[in-house]
Amino acid sequence: MELVLSLGIGAFAAAGVWLILRPRTFQVVLGLSLLSYAINLFIFAMGRLTVGSPPVLGAGIDTVSVDDPVPQALVLTAVVISFALTALFLVVLLAARGVTGSDHVDGHEPSSAEPRPGHPQP
Amino acid sequence: MIAPGSDSAGIGWSGHTVVLPIVLPIAAAGVMFLLDERRRMLKGGLSLATVLALLGIALVLVASVGDGPAIYRLGNWAAPYGIVLVADRLSAMMLALNAILGLCALVFSFARWGRAGPRFHGLFLLLLMGVNGAFLTGDLFNLFVFFEVMLAASYGLVLHGSGTTRIRAGLGYIAVNLVASLFFLVGVSLIYGTMGTLNMADLARRLAAPSAGELALFETGCAILGIAFLIKCGAWPLGFWLPTTYAAATAPAAAILAILSKVGIYVVLRLSLLLFGEGLSAGFGFAVIFVMGLATILYGTVGILGSRDLTRAAGYAVMISSGTVLAALGTGSAGALAGAVYYLFGSTLAAGALFLLAEILQRGRDPTEVAEPVFADEYRDPFDDAGAIEVGTVLTSSAATVGMALLLCALMLAGIPPLAGFVGKLAIFAGLTRDTATATDWVLVAILTLSSFGTLLPLVRMGIRSLWVSHEGAPPVLARSELVALGGLLAACLALSVWGGPALAYADATVHWLKQPQDYVRAVLGGQGGAAS
Repeated sequence: MELVLSLGIGAFAAAGVWLILRPRTFQVVLGLSLLSYAINLFIFAMGRLTVGSPPVLGAGIDTVSVDDPVPQALVLTAVVISFALTALFLVVLLAARGVTGSDHVDGHEPSSAEPRPGHPQP
Repeated sequence: MIAPGSDSAGIGWSGHTVVLPIVLPIAAAGVMFLLDERRRMLKGGLSLATVLALLGIALVLVASVGDGPAIYRLGNWAAPYGIVLVADRLSAMMLALNAILGLCALVFSFARWGRAGPRFHGLFLLLLMGVNGAFLTGDLFNLFVFFEVMLAASYGLVLHGSGTTRIRAGLGYIAVNLVASLFFLVGVSLIYGTMGTLNMADLARRLAAPSAGELALFETGCAILGIAFLIKCGAWPLGFWLPTTYAAATAPAAAILAILSKVGIYVVLRLSLLLFGEGLSAGFGFAVIFVMGLATILYGTVGILGSRDLTRAAGYAVMISSGTVLAALGTGSAGALAGAVYYLFGSTLAAGALFLLAEILQRGRDPTEVAEPVFADEYRDPFDDAGAIEVGTVLTSSAATVGMALLLCALMLAGIPPLAGFVGKLAIFAGLTRDTATATDWVLVAILTLSSFGTLLPLVRMGIRSLWVSHEGAPPVLARSELVALGGLLAACLALSVWGGPALAYADATVHWLKQPQDYVRAVLGGQGGAAS
């Protein structure tokens, strides 16, 4: 189980990093989503992997085989936040596509006349 | 909102002061989103009242934390399991800084920029709430949540006013910060996985005990967490996004964004002194922070020398100020750090003022003016009545006023006598050379001196070019609220210089408090049992 999970996290993270470094905005969004999946699984794994153990203590529950509920709560928060911010990023992406007419992350195609980096043309 | 009568702890009204910097702005922001965009007077008045209240609360906290920090337990749950807010000297000082900067940026926005797009006031208040929460929270995961609130609001504010430049800069800014947030999460979860707690005081306590397992993994987690905060600080080589983004933002947004980089500084200060001041991994990361601080100062100085407009220069000034505090922290000298804390306060105010000034000076010649609306709900031209409000409040002597303000900003940021920037840098030098100055300390002294000249030169050059050289167009025009905002920031800088003695003493006491993490642990985890009865 540990091997499958870590391979899964690794695959997500590798694909995410590769996509983030691509020049098209949509690829960056997908890369950010994949990376956040990897991170969410990672947070989940930090609570240690157990099968079939309850996360909440109660009467008659063996305290030795209890799952840690805190990372699950953390994942829930992280999922919501990264989902919301990805949605926001998509809106900005659409706005950038609308005003610049290009889906390149720099807002212009690399072949066109190159302004100096850091001094964008008005 | 708050019902002290039903509180079993019976801590009374004054006990709730600590939570107000978070509750007030979020409540006001909630109301703001319900109000129609056209009701500007009401929205502006409500924002102003909220920010004034925040300033009052921050000053009350500054005055009251002298005899120990105020601990606020949400839901009255005890510390390692419940969530706590901690207002100590450093938090209270940062709250006051946020409130002063927020107040002036808000007043500045009344003249013009508040109308450049929808929902300015709501976003602005949410940003203040996120920053305040980050300063107050006592555990790492709430720090993450407040960071995200603050960043989400800042994305909106960077894009405020729209236009190609802002959207393009905003795209990069959001991407960088989303990646930083992912680093944050990895760090937090590694720390939880190894230490089993996210409460800062509990972390410090467990580190002080000799049986902390998986220390290497814990330190890895802290280092990854540090990457997230250093990206926010604009530390070299993680801060290349900063000048471009800040230069693209509208003036009031850029002024309040100046505090965002200081949130990163605050967390680095807090965590490195709390977790690595002593105990098992004492001294972890200080050398890296020192080198990054030096590199940030150098990069910022080169950047400010090479920048051709004032907004970019102000962005690099923010970086230099961050770098100075980081380098002073990295030396481990308490005296230098006290000077840096004092310097942090003044330089942030001055950088905020410089952003406002830059907009005034570049007005009309600026390619980043408001552009066509992108989305349909920006239903009207924001500046269609801009001419109407400027007439009648135009000041005849505005060129002289603006020139004076620019001079004060330059003196503050460069650290030239007699203003607080100089006092702060002098205090850093005195702290470094007081007892045993090593070669690295002298390197820092040399680089700080160099950066002073490097800052002064381009600011003076730009001042001469924009104020003394004759132009085709009209001289800078200043609306009354803009004058009040600018004057407020500069008056705060002057007050910091005039009352430099008490302010430095406060900074000294702050660092003394931060250098004793066991006091923090005791205050948060134990010794406060009276409230739980």
